[in-house]
Amino acid sequence: MGNGAVLRRLLLVPPTLFGVAVVVFVLLRVVPGDPVSMMISPGATPADIAALHARYGLDLPIGEQFFVWLKAAVSGDFGISITRRQNVLGLILGRLPATLELVLVATVIAFAIGWGMALLGAYFRRRSPEWVVDGFVAISLAVPDFLWGLLFILLFGVLWPVLPISGRIDPRVGVDFHTGFFLLESLLTGRWTVTGDLLRHLILPAMALALPLSAIVTRVLKASLGEAELQDYAQVARSRGFTRRRVLIREALPNALISTVTLAGVQLTFLIGGTVLVERIFSYEGIGNMAVDAMINRDLPLIQGLVLTFAILFIILNLLIDLFISWLDPRLQHG
Amino acid sequence: MAETTAAADARRRPAIQLDPRVIAGGTIVAILLLTAIAAPLIAPHNPLDQDLLSAQLPPSWSAGGDAAHFFGTDSLGRDTLSRLIYASRIAVIVALVAATLACAIGSLLGLAAGFFRGAVDQVVSRLIDIWMSFPPVLLSIVLAAAVGAGLSSVILAIVVVDWTRFARVVRAETLLQRQLDYVAAAKVAGLTPMAVLFKEVVPNVLPPLVTLLSVEMGIAVLVEAILSFVGLSVSTDTPTWGGMIAEGRQLINQTPWLLALPIGCIIVTVLGFNLLGDGLRTSLDPVQRR
Repeated sequence: MGNGAVLRRLLLVPPTLFGVAVVVFVLLRVVPGDPVSMMISPGATPADIAALHARYGLDLPIGEQFFVWLKAAVSGDFGISITRRQNVLGLILGRLPATLELVLVATVIAFAIGWGMALLGAYFRRRSPEWVVDGFVAISLAVPDFLWGLLFILLFGVLWPVLPISGRIDPRVGVDFHTGFFLLESLLTGRWTVTGDLLRHLILPAMALALPLSAIVTRVLKASLGEAELQDYAQVARSRGFTRRRVLIREALPNALISTVTLAGVQLTFLIGGTVLVERIFSYEGIGNMAVDAMINRDLPLIQGLVLTFAILFIILNLLIDLFISWLDPRLQHG
Repeated sequence: MAETTAAADARRRPAIQLDPRVIAGGTIVAILLLTAIAAPLIAPHNPLDQDLLSAQLPPSWSAGGDAAHFFGTDSLGRDTLSRLIYASRIAVIVALVAATLACAIGSLLGLAAGFFRGAVDQVVSRLIDIWMSFPPVLLSIVLAAAVGAGLSSVILAIVVVDWTRFARVVRAETLLQRQLDYVAAAKVAGLTPMAVLFKEVVPNVLPPLVTLLSVEMGIAVLVEAILSFVGLSVSTDTPTWGGMIAEGRQLINQTPWLLALPIGCIIVTVLGFNLLGDGLRTSLDPVQRR
């Protein structure tokens, strides 16, 4: 992807975000149900309700509501959350680091398992370790992240209670952080007990998110490794006396990576979408869990802000993956 | 429906053996259907009957279990086995209705986009782009929350979110098919565009569609469970697997089997639909079959 292509992709971002905003807005506004109904006290008069509507701009026609919202949103003002009475952007930015850390750890786990499994399966082709790898792929793909989370809670929270199953950190460990990136901050400041506790809370939700992705990485990488091993350069390396292990890792792996990153990149967006439920299951304080609360309470400004946040994450991620692929494959830079 | 297609397939070409995955998946789906239909006959108790004197009973084979409640009871003393059986009804309705509707709408849009190209294709493709930038789970929760709890809103949420799966595949397949010689031949033979589309193109797009439909049924069961889990599905009076999971999550340390059993039901169901779909893909595709 050259500079021109990057620019073209960047130009497509605003219209896509605009489309997402319109869809969410229409979905939430045209359906019956009153978002302020949650806030009304039993003794409220119709005048009180009308005043509330006016305060949140809900008395305007829907088109006008949208443009009022859009104008503010462009300047970074996403309104005030109806249930929490706080600035939407501030609420989201406060929770976003937790989700980003979860996604990052899950991605690292997914690729670590995927690469290990794929190399194992490719190296022991047609021998019993390959069947183990294939079995792992089949099982990991059949069960979605949400059910993995529940199964882990049962296994490691109840039957063999070794790990915490809810929250992000044990309150007793200390909560004096300067940023929202607890894991990163504890690593940088060398507070290892805090890091350990954060990781103990993170490992189960991250594993639940990582397993389906790791299965896809394994499957794609193992297939590309098999193909790469048959290519001339790999055969030449073999005939020059290099061991199979060396040829797999030094010759076949770098060439097999491109197709893996391309496919796994698409799947990574599913991993981000999965945080909604997995955070809910593990009572993890990220934007996914916040989104479920916002939906249940019909907190329109907050839902709107959260959905846009997810869409922005998706778009940034896809852009990064494209850049990464063109960096991996120099041929594409001159395409 | 998928099964009769497979059966007819086997009759036409008796030499071909049914894929073992079709048999395994078909058996699971058939058992699920029978359970749902015969729920009042096979459930040992009324799934809503509360009996606080025998609340939180463990499964009958473990210590303290009661033979009258095979899988034990929940915190209100309701029989777990009966609730699991009745919950299969919601799963089956959602799987059949939501997946079929999503398939019908998505396929028609995909066919139109792939066959007529031009403006229709532009509109459908842009819609798919926008849909793809939402996390699907988030979109279905937004929808279900917006429309309000209830079976029809669950079905609506699944259809509105998942039509793109069908539209994408059918559009790509239609684009491919319309390039082929037989379509050109049909046009030369004087068939109207509609006749070409429905008599020539559609039958060739069907095999991948049947597979996708089967897999989508599994996805629909999952989405219903997800919506139940976050409290946005049918009312709490009707037992659903997702609702049982949500209740089980609350009392996980006291009654872990209440969480494990519905999870097991969902996994087996999804596996059944996936196996059926994968097996049908191989059975229906003449190239792969050889």
